[in-house]
Amino acid sequence: MIIRHRPLHPIRSSEITPKSVFDNRRAILRAMGFGGMAMAMAPLLGAGLGNPAQAAWRPETGKALSGTVNPKYTAKALGVEPTAYDLVTTYNNFYELGTGKGDPHENAGFLKPTPWSIKVEGAVEKPGTYDIDDLIKAEDIEDRVYRFRCVEAWSMVIPWLGVPLSKVISRLKPTSKAKYVYFETLFDPNQMPGQNRQVLEWPYKEGLRMDEAMNPLSLLAVGLHGEVLPNQNGAPLRLVVPWKYGFKSIKSIVLIRFTEKQPPTSWNEANGREYGFYSNVNPNVSHPRWSQAAEKVIGQNNLFGLPIKQPTLMFNGYEEEVADLYAGMNLRTFY
Amino acid sequence: MNTDAHRIRVLKPLVHLASLAPLAWLFWLGAQGQFGPNPAEFINRYSGDWAIRFLLIALAVTPLRGLTGWAGAMRFRRMLGLYAFFYALLHVASYVALDQYFAWGAIWQDILKRNYITVGMLALVILTALAVTSPKAMVKKLGGRNWTRLHKLVYVAAIAAPVHFFMMRKGFQIEPLIYGGIAGALLAYRAAARLRVHFRVRAAASAASEEAGAKAA
Repeated sequence: MIIRHRPLHPIRSSEITPKSVFDNRRAILRAMGFGGMAMAMAPLLGAGLGNPAQAAWRPETGKALSGTVNPKYTAKALGVEPTAYDLVTTYNNFYELGTGKGDPHENAGFLKPTPWSIKVEGAVEKPGTYDIDDLIKAEDIEDRVYRFRCVEAWSMVIPWLGVPLSKVISRLKPTSKAKYVYFETLFDPNQMPGQNRQVLEWPYKEGLRMDEAMNPLSLLAVGLHGEVLPNQNGAPLRLVVPWKYGFKSIKSIVLIRFTEKQPPTSWNEANGREYGFYSNVNPNVSHPRWSQAAEKVIGQNNLFGLPIKQPTLMFNGYEEEVADLYAGMNLRTFY
Repeated sequence: MNTDAHRIRVLKPLVHLASLAPLAWLFWLGAQGQFGPNPAEFINRYSGDWAIRFLLIALAVTPLRGLTGWAGAMRFRRMLGLYAFFYALLHVASYVALDQYFAWGAIWQDILKRNYITVGMLALVILTALAVTSPKAMVKKLGGRNWTRLHKLVYVAAIAAPVHFFMMRKGFQIEPLIYGGIAGALLAYRAAARLRVHFRVRAAASAASEEAGAKAA
């Protein structure tokens, strides 16, 4: 007699979501128009109803988020697949949440991205403290796939959701004195346990020259991979400047200041010989401790399961968009 | 004496087991796919950590004997030093194979140009020399005096390793400083012991001369 043992809750193979579909669930939802529907209805509902479009993206961790696809910055245009969600969200440098690569993911729960406000000050006509959804309008959110190059010689490809920084800046109306924009990360050791140690001088500081900030590539990101920015990636609001090394893309921003003079930046303060104010991706200028000529592509492995190495591109492949900003400058001096 | 020999015979395999445990754990993590997105980085950091730890453990043997008075401790010094060398070798092998993919030109450039790699390589060269001359036959061949002089280089390695670690890290990080502090304490113990001997010898000498003087008087 043949006794067939069945599991109590048999799962038919037809019920199992193919891995390719599961891995792309956010993109598929987006393609099916769930996000787009909300976007399309927003203007209709907006008037008099307290603008649901803005409420739709409130920085609640894990919540789906979508933006208008910018055809200039798609994975197809780059010719590469975005790095898998699990890699983008578990391999991070965010020293405020710990110095190990996995620490930010592990300590993500400490950070509370809602509610969140950003102080705007300095040479600007509309200073003040803004709620995040006053500063970042849902209808401005774009879907852009950018290369991401860490100064440690590894890289990813990340589908960001964000608003062009130039749009936000224009709305704030900087005065003619504003030559630079300065950003600060939240300082709160309760939310950012890594700040209990003086690895760097907290809070984290970053800055851009005004023309860099106004470049169409500069993005204020509020999401990635079709969802609200995970805490370990710098929730709820971070800068993305893809032609610069990753540490320029400051996370969890609480302060934006327009200044006349070049502002201090954290890594430059900590070690000016190794980290310049500009920190443009440049394969020809080595970091004092390692070459920048090549990078390991996280998520793209060779036969041995190790990340492949590829040559690093000048300005991380964005030369056409940004080279003019540095015309006449010696990039060895202004590294 | 007999019980001490017995104790050492029992402890030796246990120390071997404990020293191989980090390697076993590394294999286990690898089998479980726990190396993360950058396996080269993971293996490199892991083996580097254990190389420094074993170096410090080996250096702690002499102070341990001094503090406990148990001479049998010295029977573990060589094997612990060899484990430090083993993990250091693994550390460098992972850099050569997994990080640089055997690009010897780039590796040579790194050794010359990157100070932290220069310092690390210095420690490796020292540990290699000490490992090669560690068999008893080599002690005989070199002569006890030369051998001891050569093996004093371990103090240089004990400083170079945490310095290499500190230089490698970004920002002001505490871990390399802890290792540096332990290395400093282990070396300071030796310096203090040497000073103590020095003063004791002098005190004994002056006491002897006083005694001689008293006798003469």
